Amino acid sequence: MSNILVLIELSNTGETRNTAPELLAVARRLGTPVAVVATSPVGSAGLAAKLGSYGAAQVYLVESAGVGTLLVAPQLEALAAAVEALDPAAVLVANSVEGRDVAARLSVRTGAGLIIDAVDLRSEGGRVLATHSVFGGAYTVESTVVGVLPIVTVRQGAIQDRAEAVTPSVTETSVSVQAANAAVIDAVIPAVASGRPALRGAATVVSGGRGLGSKADFILVEQLADVLGAAVGASRAAVDAGFVPQSSQVGQTGTTVSPQLYVALGISGAIQHRAGMQTAKTIVAINKDADAPIFDVADFGVVGDVFTVVPQLIEAIQALRQ
Amino acid sequence: MKIIVLVKQVPDTEEERKLDLGSGVLDRGASERIIDEVNERALEVALLYKDSNKGTEVVALSMGPESVIQSLRKALSMGADSAMHVRDNALAGSDVSRTAAVLAAALRNTRFDLVVAGNESTDGRGGVVPAMIAEHLGLPHLTYLNSTEISDTGVSGVRAGEDGTLSVHAALPAVISVTERVAEARFPNFKGIMTAKKKLLEVISLSQLGFDPALARMSSSVVVSTSERPARTAGKTIVDEGTAGVELAEYLAAGHLI
Repeated sequence: MSNILVLIELSNTGETRNTAPELLAVARRLGTPVAVVATSPVGSAGLAAKLGSYGAAQVYLVESAGVGTLLVAPQLEALAAAVEALDPAAVLVANSVEGRDVAARLSVRTGAGLIIDAVDLRSEGGRVLATHSVFGGAYTVESTVVGVLPIVTVRQGAIQDRAEAVTPSVTETSVSVQAANAAVIDAVIPAVASGRPALRGAATVVSGGRGLGSKADFILVEQLADVLGAAVGASRAAVDAGFVPQSSQVGQTGTTVSPQLYVALGISGAIQHRAGMQTAKTIVAINKDADAPIFDVADFGVVGDVFTVVPQLIEAIQALRQ
Repeated sequence: MKIIVLVKQVPDTEEERKLDLGSGVLDRGASERIIDEVNERALEVALLYKDSNKGTEVVALSMGPESVIQSLRKALSMGADSAMHVRDNALAGSDVSRTAAVLAAALRNTRFDLVVAGNESTDGRGGVVPAMIAEHLGLPHLTYLNSTEISDTGVSGVRAGEDGTLSVHAALPAVISVTERVAEARFPNFKGIMTAKKKLLEVISLSQLGFDPALARMSSSVVVSTSERPARTAGKTIVDEGTAGVELAEYLAAGHLI
C-alpha cells in the first residue's frame, strides 16, 4: 500500500497534539500511515511508541536545531524530506495555524495540489476524495486533486474513528533549516487551561451573547455549562464586549462547532453566528426577543429572560438527576 | 517603506451565500460583494504605520473580476495611495495555488518591503495564500497575527495558536497576515472618497505578468460534487410563563441530553 504521510504537531511542551490520533486514523483508511515529526536535538523519548498506539506503521523522526525557535520552517523541512524519501500518495496535516502554513509552503515547493479543511476523506479509484462542509454546513462539496500529490488539511475534531495500535518501524534522520527566510519565535505564551472541555469537538456547548449584559453576569453561561459538562462558547458580540476571550467565539470567524447539544443564551443568532453552529444535532435557544433569528434554527426555543429561565433550568436538571 | 495590502472581494456574510451547484464555485451574483472585513483591518495596520511615518507608500492589490474595482476604490478612499488589479478572464475559478502564483508574480513585478494580508477570507476560509506567496518569493512569513509592530527593518507580533500564542519577529521584506483582533478599520471620510477617484488604479493582465494564460498552471484541485443541505427548520418555541426552565429540562431529559 502507498505511504500516507501525517505531520504530527507537538505542543509547546513537546506533547503530541490531540490531532495526531484522528489524522493517523484517516491515513489508515487511505494507505500505510507514516507519522512525520520534527524533533529537537534534546530528544523525543517515547514519541514513537505513542504514535504507534495511534496507528502509525512508521515513525519518521526528523531532528532539527530550529525546533522551538524558528516558526514553521523545521516542520516544513521535515515533511519535505519525508516526501522526498517516501514517495507518498498523500500528505495529511491538521487544519491548524501551523498545519496550514506547512501545507501552504510545501505545496508551492513541491508543486503539489492543496485540499483545504476536509471533514472526511476516502480513496476511490486511486484518487483521494475529500468532503468539505462549506458556509457553515449549508453545502457539502467533494473535491480531489488531479495529476499531482495531494496535500490535505483535515478539520480538527472532524474524524471520529481511531486506528488500531501497532508497533511502528522508526526512521531517524536530520535536516538543516535555512534561517534566512523563516520568522523567529521569541516567546511562547501558553493558553490558560479552563478545566472545561475544549470548544472544538465538545459534545455539548453552552454559548452566551450580548443578552448576558456584562462580564460578571456571563457567569450564568458558565454555571449551566458546568451542570451539563459543556464547553463555553460565545457570540462575537459577547467577545467584542469583553465578556469572554476570543478563543470562545463561535461563528464565521471563530470556531465552528458541531455538538450533540448547542444551547444559545441571549444570542440573537446573526447569520455569522449560525454559520458556526447550525450543524449541531439539537439546538436550544433562550432569548427575550421573540423575533430573534436564532429561533428559526432552534429545536426548542424559549422566549424569556435568561436570568430567570436558566437558574430554573439548572435546578430542574439537578432535580431530574436525583 | 512600501507596504502592499492584499484585498479579496467576498460575498457579504450578512446575507445567504450560495455555491453554483453545477461547478461548485461561488455564485458571485447571489449576494452583495464587499471587501473582506479582515482585509480592511490589514489595510488599517498599513495605514497606521503610514500615519506616523511620512513617506510610507501603501498599495492595495487584488485579483478577480471587474467588480473588484469597487473594493479597491474603497481601499483607496480609506487611504491607500494606489491600487493594482490583476484581472484576466483566464483566472475565473482559480484555486488557492493559482491565486498565490499569480499574486506572487504581481509582487515580483514591483518593489515592496512588507505584504499584509488577512489571515483567512470569510468565503473560502483557506488561510493558506499568504504563506504560499511567501514560499514563491522565498520570504519569511508571519501569519495569524493578533497584533503587529512594524519598524524600518523588521516586523513583529503575537501569533494566534492552538494552545497559546507565540511572540514572533522577522526581518523585512516579509509577508504577514493578521486576524480580526488587530486594529479596527477606519471609515473613509469625505476627502478620502473624493481623492480616491484621482488615485492610480492599475489593471494588470496575465500576459503582463509573464504568464501565458493558456499555459498558466491550471488549478489542480477539482470539485467533484456539490450538494445543498436542506435548510434547518424551526422546532417548538414557547413563551416563558414561569415554568419554561422546567419544560426545557424535561425536553432535554426526553432527548437523553442531560
